[in-house]
Amino acid sequence: MLLTRQLKYSYDGQRSLRFPDIQCGTGEHWLLLGQSGCGKTTLLHLLGGLLTPQQGEVVLGETNINSLSASQLDKFRGKKIGIIFQNPHFVRALTVGENMALAQQLAGIPVDKNRIAHLLERLGLGHKINVKTNSLSQGERQRAAIARALVNRPEVILADEPTSALDDTNTAEVVRLLEETASEVNATLLVVTHDGRLKEKFKNQIRLDG
Amino acid sequence: MAKWLNGFYATAIQPSNHLTIMNLLKLSWKNLLHKPLNMALSLVLFALGVGLISLLLNLNHQLEENFNKNLAGIDLVVGAKGSPLQLILCSMYHVDNPTGNIPLEKSRAFLNPKHPLIKLAVPLSLGDSYHNYRIAGTTYDILELYQATLAEGNLWTNDMEVTIGAVVAEALHLHIGDTFKSSHGLVEGIEEHEHDFKVVGILKPTGSVIDQLILTTTESIWESHEHQSSVSSPQSTVGGGERSENPELASGPQSTAGGGEDSTAIVDEHDHAGHTHTTTPPTSYDSLTLRKLGEEQRLSLMERTDKDITSILIKYRSRTNIQSLNMGRNINEYTDLQAANPPIEIARLQTNLGVGADALKMLAWVIVIVSGLSIFISLYSSLKERKYELAVMRVMGGSPGTLFQLIILEGLLLAGLGYLLGIVFSHLGLAFLANFMEDSFRYSFSAWRFLKAEFWLLAGALAVGFVAALLPALQAGRTDISETLAEG
Repeated sequence: MLLTRQLKYSYDGQRSLRFPDIQCGTGEHWLLLGQSGCGKTTLLHLLGGLLTPQQGEVVLGETNINSLSASQLDKFRGKKIGIIFQNPHFVRALTVGENMALAQQLAGIPVDKNRIAHLLERLGLGHKINVKTNSLSQGERQRAAIARALVNRPEVILADEPTSALDDTNTAEVVRLLEETASEVNATLLVVTHDGRLKEKFKNQIRLDG
Repeated sequence: MAKWLNGFYATAIQPSNHLTIMNLLKLSWKNLLHKPLNMALSLVLFALGVGLISLLLNLNHQLEENFNKNLAGIDLVVGAKGSPLQLILCSMYHVDNPTGNIPLEKSRAFLNPKHPLIKLAVPLSLGDSYHNYRIAGTTYDILELYQATLAEGNLWTNDMEVTIGAVVAEALHLHIGDTFKSSHGLVEGIEEHEHDFKVVGILKPTGSVIDQLILTTTESIWESHEHQSSVSSPQSTVGGGERSENPELASGPQSTAGGGEDSTAIVDEHDHAGHTHTTTPPTSYDSLTLRKLGEEQRLSLMERTDKDITSILIKYRSRTNIQSLNMGRNINEYTDLQAANPPIEIARLQTNLGVGADALKMLAWVIVIVSGLSIFISLYSSLKERKYELAVMRVMGGSPGTLFQLIILEGLLLAGLGYLLGIVFSHLGLAFLANFMEDSFRYSFSAWRFLKAEFWLLAGALAVGFVAALLPALQAGRTDISETLAEG
């Protein structure tokens, strides 16, 4: 379960952003829609613990993540939250498989190479396991990012504009895989986007107005 | 190592349940390998600096060690007037030409075994060589000076017999019974003398300069020179006649024909001929016998007041005796001879060489600092390229400390590898220099010995690597993940 209460954040010298309270049940899939500049990414960073709100709180399961210390939050994020960004970034010196293993090591959980191989297979990247990430296509990169976000069986998956750089075919594919794999680990999925193509694919929607 | 190369499985196979230093080190290594040219530049620069420092440290150390080993407790060198350093380099290290000759008439007193101040005196007659190895006409006293003992064969006893140092034997493939002609000077090929020298014995290696000498009687040197001059001046005495003047000194060649090749023959010969005690090679080489024989040889030299020698190496009976301390000065002030004090001259030489070495060492440290700067720049610029992946590592659960360690490890890894490369360079260089040094400076040189200072150098290298990585590492630790990821 993911919920927020009276979140407020302001960047230096700018008017503060207030966010509507969110409540997403365990295993539910939500779409958060909003135009560019309305604070979607800020909200996602607040939910993922990358930013600390000036006011309000984010609760994930039983944990108020804003009450965690910095290092606790880092570990918590690594274990419980999977984040997928608009442009996926990887450690370029490592292969796809090594990047996923690194995600497990950084989160402090044992490396499970069966899990990694299985996930990559599931996402159609089984043959790319020993390939450096810069040789992947845009669609493959996004799928690899999904695999990495899921490798630690997180409770929440946050996706920030995961389809904005993809064509229709890849978009449909990525959304399908996101939903399927999130369901497989019973994770709460929250997709933040302004991409109209996703509207009809999600039943639960939140509209964010600037 | 092989595991690293095994791609994904290497990382995956680790049973650890957190990011260990080993895992981070592997990640650092892969990050460096990802930019091979940057890494190569930093490594080569670093290796150059470290290599130069190590080379200088080793050269300095080994030169000093060689110099000190060959001091051999010599307190004074007496020779012809000239440069005291030249006298010492010539008589003790055998790298320079003699300053001239000294008449025995004037120097015989120093050879006297009963001299109140002198414990050991080694007369040297230099000037000839064979394939760049110097022939020294001397007495058995030189063996005591360098603690040399026979490996095989006998000591030189009769004229034109030589006992050679271990290095000479090995380098020139000389064996007992071999003969050779000497040439004048230390350089090969200049006016060969007519007489054949014959190898009768080989010394055990001592690590000192005697390993590189060809030892013979003083008379042999005179003989080969006199013989040469006899061509122009027929009235000067030649070998055989000379010996007959002084029957105590040496026997005629006929009495020792074939002698020296094995000791039983010599014992026999002693029994048969037995007219003097110095003609036969000693059958027992304990130090007392050697000293006695050496003193006898000196006594006989003292009677040859018409002859010259090159120099005398002197050990005092007591170094604290005031008269001993004044001996050198007295010689220099009141005689035509020159007395040089080895410790003082060598210390002066080392100081002068040391200034050059220090300047070079400074230069090498500058190179190390510059290479540290190159590590800094390469890490710092790589941060810009890697800011997203560093931010992603934070998102995946890495703490600022993790990123800090990662970058520090990259700096240390570069410095450590650069150090290793530099040490390999320097010792390869030493191995290369070793031959050259041995030929031209009479130094035996070991290229694969490592100094304590080189371990300190490792500490210094790692410190440079750490400092170079510090700022980039702090920067990496401070990465603002939200801001970075919002950008891209």
